[in-house]
Amino acid sequence: MSTEILLWIIPLPPLLAFALIVLLANRRNGLSTGLAVGGAALSWLVSLVVFFRVIGVEGLSTNPIGQAVKWIPTGDTWLKIGVQMDPLSAVTLFFVAWTILMIFVYSIGYHNFGQPKGDHDVPGLPPHGAIVKGAHGKQTVMSIEPMYARFFALISLFAFAMYLLVVSDNLLTLFVGWEIMGLCSYLLIGFWYAKESARNAAVKAFLTTRVGDMFLMLGLAALYSITGTLSYQEIFGNETVMHMLATSASPVFGLSWAGFIGLLIFLGVVGKSAQFPLHVWLPDAMEGPTPVSAMIHAATMVSAGVYLAIRSFPLVAAGWQPGLPLTLPMNVMAAVGAFTALFAATIALAQNDIKRVLAYSTISQLGYMIAALGTGAYVAAVFHLVTHAFFKALLFLGSGSVIHGMEHGVLHTGEHIDPQNMYNMGGLRKKMPRTFWTFLIGGFALSGFPLVTAGFWSKDEILSGVFTGGHLLVFGVLALSALLTAFYTMRQITLTFLGKARTTAAEHAHETPLTMTGPLMVLAVFATAAGWVGIPKTFPLLGGLLPNWFEEFVGSMVHTGEPAVASHSLIPLATSLVVALGGLLLGWQVYRRVDKADAADPMAEPLGPAFVVFKNKYGIDKLYQFILIRPARWLAETFTYKWIDKGLLDGILHGIARLGLLLGSLLRRGFDQPVISGAGDGIGRGTRELGANMRGIQSGRVQQYMIVAITVLVLVGLAFYYLVFKA
Amino acid sequence: MIPISWYLIFSAALFCIGLYGVLSRKNSVAILMGVELMLNSASINLLAFWHYYSQIRQAPQMDSQVFVIVVFAVAAAETAVGLALIISAYRKRQSVVANDLSELKG
Repeated sequence: MSTEILLWIIPLPPLLAFALIVLLANRRNGLSTGLAVGGAALSWLVSLVVFFRVIGVEGLSTNPIGQAVKWIPTGDTWLKIGVQMDPLSAVTLFFVAWTILMIFVYSIGYHNFGQPKGDHDVPGLPPHGAIVKGAHGKQTVMSIEPMYARFFALISLFAFAMYLLVVSDNLLTLFVGWEIMGLCSYLLIGFWYAKESARNAAVKAFLTTRVGDMFLMLGLAALYSITGTLSYQEIFGNETVMHMLATSASPVFGLSWAGFIGLLIFLGVVGKSAQFPLHVWLPDAMEGPTPVSAMIHAATMVSAGVYLAIRSFPLVAAGWQPGLPLTLPMNVMAAVGAFTALFAATIALAQNDIKRVLAYSTISQLGYMIAALGTGAYVAAVFHLVTHAFFKALLFLGSGSVIHGMEHGVLHTGEHIDPQNMYNMGGLRKKMPRTFWTFLIGGFALSGFPLVTAGFWSKDEILSGVFTGGHLLVFGVLALSALLTAFYTMRQITLTFLGKARTTAAEHAHETPLTMTGPLMVLAVFATAAGWVGIPKTFPLLGGLLPNWFEEFVGSMVHTGEPAVASHSLIPLATSLVVALGGLLLGWQVYRRVDKADAADPMAEPLGPAFVVFKNKYGIDKLYQFILIRPARWLAETFTYKWIDKGLLDGILHGIARLGLLLGSLLRRGFDQPVISGAGDGIGRGTRELGANMRGIQSGRVQQYMIVAITVLVLVGLAFYYLVFKA
Repeated sequence: MIPISWYLIFSAALFCIGLYGVLSRKNSVAILMGVELMLNSASINLLAFWHYYSQIRQAPQMDSQVFVIVVFAVAAAETAVGLALIISAYRKRQSVVANDLSELKG
């Protein structure tokens, strides 16, 4: 089949799987698994076929492979949608396909497929375990997730949206995929909806990202109204359109339209990729099941934010050339990215929840990419996007595996501890060797352990890109956050896996099944090998041994060209070596002596109040609670509901009603009762009284009648005579 | 020739007798007889005026006599009906006293 047709096919299998599970297989766990994983595998296969087909194509960035169809008539033109594959979408497709498939497979084990039904499990809560009678008497084992099929349906829908976003050739379908992912994120964070914290986290994630999405939509609307199209090629690939956008002035801050729209789109990215100040939702999103954290909140959805930032880079960088000072939107991106990188890394230092550390680490690493992009290190940003997706998915899945092992221990011992708190772990190295080694690889990749890990190459490229660009402040901040990254990663590894078990549950932890460790191993391979495709040519000793395929392939996307890296300075290299190794060593030294579950954090004393600030996440959540949520609640509950709705609107309505009642009773008492009713009654009563009064005359005696008649006759006759004739 | 006033006085006397009979008698049959007297007094009036009128005009006319004959016929019919009613009432309640027939008293 032609590549274009294959591109159309890529997103469809998960969508089909979603529909089939929802409609037909929602009570059948085995079938749901088959459908979902089958759909993901099919998409994965087609994606890889497409990937390997397109990487050989010459000039792919200027002439992407794709196809568009007319979708909606807009006056005399058509809104077109279609699919497209250029180097950026190709590499994105590659890591998306792998991580999605791995996470699907992992979910089978994570949700305890094949285990018995729980004794007290209810939909909306994580499984509590089941008691089975075996060879060793009664035993508590893990139980299957009560809403197993629902989970697979939702992640299938999510996979569809992500694939749709990647293969899309225009910002409109990208936005559609983007929003479907937002919905799935909401549904999956709130997957265990009986937990209040999960519900709150879901709402928080949805609303926070919605803030960014609104700006994104404004940006898209502005772009469409100016250019009349949303297709990548017709905007970014068209010199005249770009020139027009770059030179026409927008009404805001004296920016060009390109810069303004780029900034609006960037605000959407800030929401989706959890950059400061819209980062608050991502740590809370860890309430969802771990595969969701890995897929949506580390590997794909938040990466989609960066993907869009990279896509819209030509807008942000309109009018910029390497060597020139950065444009205002680029400065904003660099500042936000670098600040977020450092800011989130410091918070990660003080978190005890294994998943929350990773969540902040994700925010920090996404900040890295944004900062790299802001300083014009385009290829480095893409490179880090790819490697980060692999090793962060690996780390999340690894942490899920750890939690799973710990839960096994908790069920076994009946101890009441938090299986996600790293202080309750320790010594899991021997209990869960496969998880340990893969987690170690992922952690080292995140820290940027030299030479062997993918993270080193991409991070080094960012640092050197920023350094060569001459942005020393950004460089310093990123280097510092790299040091912190290595430190908290080693803290995590040391607390979790090294030393001795600090609780009995940790002693009884158990290695997870192959459906969970298998994906870990596959991702571990990528966490190391994915870096080797992008070794810079100028790297000492190793440069040029392997071709720097990545830079050539993706670098062709940037029509302005990369910063001329004439000489690969040794300063960034030395920096990244020092920070990575130094951070790892420090982390190990500081945390290896922690031997009690309730021990104080060794960093708490030297850092003093700063540690408390980190632990409390700088109080940002509280601040938002105070300045946004509380006023919003007040506005909703007190102002709008109590005052406006209950008081004013209801008051008006009640007033009208009361007025009506009053008027009614007035009319009733003043008019209806006395006049209408009185008249009717009066006529009746008068008639009756008349009858009663007259009945006396009716004596029944004929002669009396006669006398009366004659008397009257005589009298009338006399009267007549005197009054008429005589008058 | 007898002046007309005599006729009229006679007729008035007859009418008063009849009226007295109607108003004072208890027996229904007697009341009916009084009614007949009053009717006849009216007929006498008619005849008296007819005669007087014929003499003035010198031309006999038959209109009033026809009228009186019709009054007789009607009086006869009326008496027949009245008697029949009285007999019927008598059969019902063994009495012909008018004051006893006071069913329609209010």
